[in-house]
Amino acid sequence: MTQTTAHHHAPPQGFLRTHVFSLDHKVIGKQYLDLALVAVCTGMVLSWLMRFHLAWPETPIPGLGRVSPTGAAGGVITPEYYLALMTMHGTIMVFFVLTTAPFAGFGNYFLPIQVGAEDMAFPRINMTSFWVTLVAFLVLVAAFFVGDGPPLSGWTAYAPLSAVGKDAGPGQGVGQTLWAVSITLFCVAQLLGALNFITTTLDLRTKGMSLARMPYSTWAWFITSVIGLIAFAVLMPACILLILDRVAGTSFFIPAGLVISDRLQPHSGGSPLLWQHLFWFFGHPEVYIAILPGFGIISHILPVFARKPLLGPRVLIACLVAIAFLSYTVWGHHMFLSGMNPFSATLFSVPTLIITIPATIVTLLWIGTIYGARLRFTTPALFCLGFVSVFVSGGISGFFLAQPSIDTYLHGTYFVVGHFHFVMGVAAMFGIFAGTYFWAPKMFGRLMSETLGKWHFWLTFIGVYCVFMPMHYLGLAGNVRRYSAFTDDYLKPMIPLHRFITIAALFTGAAQLIFLFNLVWTRLRGPKAPDNPWEATTLEWSTTSPPPFDNFGGRPPVVHHGPDEYGGNSAAGDYVMQTSPESAGVA
Amino acid sequence: MRRQYIWIVGAVGLVGSALGARGAPPAMAGAISGKVTYTGTPPKMKPIDMAKEPSCAKQHATPVTTENVVTGPGNALGYVVVYISAGDPGSSAPSEAVRYDQKGCQYIPHVAVMQVSQPLEIYNDDQTSHNIHPLARVNPEWNKSQPIGAPPIHTTWEKPEFIPVKCNVHPWMHGWFLVLTTSHYAVTGEDGGFSVKGLPPGKYTLTAWQEQFGTQTQDVTISGTETKTVDFVFKARAY
Amino acid sequence: MGKLFAVVVVLITLVSAAIFASHIWWLPVDISAHGHAIDRQLTETMATSGALFVLSQLALAVFAWRYGDRKDGRKVTAFPGGVTPMVVLAVVLVGAEILALTFVGSKVWAGIYQAPPDPNSLQIDVQAEQFAFYFRYPGADGRFGSVHPERIDEASGNFFGLDPANDTTARDDIVVPTLGIPVNRPVLLTLRAKDVNHAFYVPELRIQQDFVPGLVIPLHFTATDTGKHEIVCTQLCGLGHYNMRAYVEVMSQPQFDQWLKERAAEQ
Repeated sequence: MTQTTAHHHAPPQGFLRTHVFSLDHKVIGKQYLDLALVAVCTGMVLSWLMRFHLAWPETPIPGLGRVSPTGAAGGVITPEYYLALMTMHGTIMVFFVLTTAPFAGFGNYFLPIQVGAEDMAFPRINMTSFWVTLVAFLVLVAAFFVGDGPPLSGWTAYAPLSAVGKDAGPGQGVGQTLWAVSITLFCVAQLLGALNFITTTLDLRTKGMSLARMPYSTWAWFITSVIGLIAFAVLMPACILLILDRVAGTSFFIPAGLVISDRLQPHSGGSPLLWQHLFWFFGHPEVYIAILPGFGIISHILPVFARKPLLGPRVLIACLVAIAFLSYTVWGHHMFLSGMNPFSATLFSVPTLIITIPATIVTLLWIGTIYGARLRFTTPALFCLGFVSVFVSGGISGFFLAQPSIDTYLHGTYFVVGHFHFVMGVAAMFGIFAGTYFWAPKMFGRLMSETLGKWHFWLTFIGVYCVFMPMHYLGLAGNVRRYSAFTDDYLKPMIPLHRFITIAALFTGAAQLIFLFNLVWTRLRGPKAPDNPWEATTLEWSTTSPPPFDNFGGRPPVVHHGPDEYGGNSAAGDYVMQTSPESAGVA
Repeated sequence: MRRQYIWIVGAVGLVGSALGARGAPPAMAGAISGKVTYTGTPPKMKPIDMAKEPSCAKQHATPVTTENVVTGPGNALGYVVVYISAGDPGSSAPSEAVRYDQKGCQYIPHVAVMQVSQPLEIYNDDQTSHNIHPLARVNPEWNKSQPIGAPPIHTTWEKPEFIPVKCNVHPWMHGWFLVLTTSHYAVTGEDGGFSVKGLPPGKYTLTAWQEQFGTQTQDVTISGTETKTVDFVFKARAY
Repeated sequence: MGKLFAVVVVLITLVSAAIFASHIWWLPVDISAHGHAIDRQLTETMATSGALFVLSQLALAVFAWRYGDRKDGRKVTAFPGGVTPMVVLAVVLVGAEILALTFVGSKVWAGIYQAPPDPNSLQIDVQAEQFAFYFRYPGADGRFGSVHPERIDEASGNFFGLDPANDTTARDDIVVPTLGIPVNRPVLLTLRAKDVNHAFYVPELRIQQDFVPGLVIPLHFTATDTGKHEIVCTQLCGLGHYNMRAYVEVMSQPQFDQWLKERAAEQ
């Protein structure tokens, strides 16, 4: 095991260097988390507007007419504006929330500390990654303010709808180009970030921190970075090709003979399926990028509150690696009915179903960890338990979609929407919530309110089931997705269930205000937190709350134990810190 | 139903040209009138099946037909726009708005003529969302949705242009905005007849435009208060 | 708190499962020759994954109830057998289920999408565009006229871009916005997209297929019962996507012949 001498940079001077253009991974991590917070609030408001429109399509929304005079004249959302809201909702949530918070946010803050380093391997590149991500977000949001409005082709931006330009309709003008530029920039930032994570994990571990002793969250961030390195390296050129088709007259994705808005399009030779292959070759690993840090965070936090080690740590890591590898073999399951050779559907469905096995094992490891535990039901613990429940729910619906014969019926319906919201919009979010409640004392040096936390948990847990479980029923009835209104004969009877979902969504959204208030209040006026309020063992809990600028006050820690020695008898109680020199006392 | 509308349009076209006339008062001005007919076999107008939009389909007891070539008795051609294309000094736009309705998933009238900068008001009278897309090349092109109960769209065109109009949501809906500099124009009804009034003495070029068969021009000189007769004959083809 | 969690999880699990099992919202009647195989695959998957869903949520609930931290000095205990039963359970049970479903399911899929169409199929050309479907029958000469995108003129109803002036086979083509088909007769659709991606979906026919610009995609099925159902677009194609539908009317052969004759007269 190598150990490169860590950088010895002096503490930053001045407000800008300390809080804005900081090289400190902890500041950068918080900046990512704050960006994700702004993004999730934006994305959630968009979803409220969408759900309201689906339930009451002709009812004006007060004030919206003034905010969007074109998109919602008189407060009534037009069909194109609904799809634009949907596109921006998906793009913001997938990229700027689910890839940013659990990975760039928590990972940046805690990976160096958990491996015992002073900072990331490349602090300047780290700072650049954040600012490029922020610019990417601003470019995306700018689409709301350009002439034709935001794009309406979904976060998946299928060509040729996304490639031909404004002939394809409102929203497909400059807004779509801004989208593609934003995602290109985002990919650059993620690639830089992945380099940092991988190098730091391999080269900057402190003395005694073998790979086997790394916390599971570190493992998850490390594996996620490797996935991201390959995935984002494919999405970036795909977006560049899309931009070229739009502005430079190329035809990567546009075949000949298309007549759009009564105009014969001046393109030929391209393939719409090429976009789908490139996009999903990124897109499927992307959803594992979104969830794997959550797996790591849950695996990290559960033992703390179960007061016992995780069941099967080596099996867990093996499963994460298997999932990461398999994630590159399944992208075609988004394309069973796309027009690609139908035989490939069967080929893609096999690894898709096989991924179920490591995912099942991981879930059983968590459940097996809870067996025989001494559970402390704190807010982070509740979100861990909730994570297991919602991940089971979301994973099981995947089992249906993985089979082409069943996908024949369920593709493009609300069954898919329910599935991916459970695994991404709920499970991954629960991972972010668990991480926030768990690590807030360390990051802010202040304790979040447990009472507000528990209220947030219960209202959210029940709320998300009320919002997303009914979507499976709608899907089984054939309710098509991405519709701005339900005017078809067979869809009209579904509207009452849609209204139920909308009301549940608005209530659950309102419950998030409890979390927001708790978070803001804590950062401003919360009670001071001790160094180790949860009696946890990993390196972040062996330093102050918050840590000093170089994480360990100039004295790199020396590690003697694994990350989850809970449940035995020791000097501290029922746990042994990773840095504790005493021999392992798990009786 | 369609026949009634084309009579209304023909009448409006005549009245519009009378109202819009500037220069010599009608009693002291000349006029050009005539008939537009065709030779050959015109294409058959097809019934439009609005099955996908039942709220519109049920407004028509018998299905409406396409309107790209509208014919009448005596080989007459309707919806031909006859206007002064040269010799007219032009006039400022009238302030009365031209009204364009989306009703029963059709554009009423099929061809709307207006002057540069004349107000245009577009109404959605249907129980469905329409999406009006004037395919302008000279003027700025735009594309706007009008959900059920949305307010009318008010707009003007600042440059002369013949603008095809389509509805993105209902592919059979097609119409025209003809933006002219002149106030001297008429639209033929089903009888093919037109009358362009209020012309001071001078040398004029009269143009007749039919959306499928193109344009024809004739030069006409008005010397006093006479009415000159000018007829246009278009060659029709079945396909 | 652990007991509350357990109760809530059990309630959610039982209510969700009950609604699935009760079929309040469920697939519509199947009127296709191949659909029963899909329905069987779906019910099988529903039963096994339903069991897995209920069992794992119940295990979570039971453990959360039992293993709260009581001040009784009880020591934590490892899961009996450690990690091995988990791996064995997942690999063996889930693995076996995957093998069974794949073995059967791949045949079901191949039967719909990889099998060649019946040579006696009624052939119908389908064009999807923003935002309607149009269907073309070959007419009395039994041949389809060739399509020319540059000749597409919606104002005159020439949605396929036919050239009847120069192409005699196009003159008797019948273009309609409703898919009329005879019952119990194999139908072969040829799917073309005029502008962007679209899709053809009829829940009652248990069939779905994307239209891809630049590709001509065959789709075949047989309807086994008469009736009128909706064809809806399931691939986001622009602002009118929600309003993009057509009707499929399955008729007896004599009714279909009459219907086609009437449509031909309107062309």
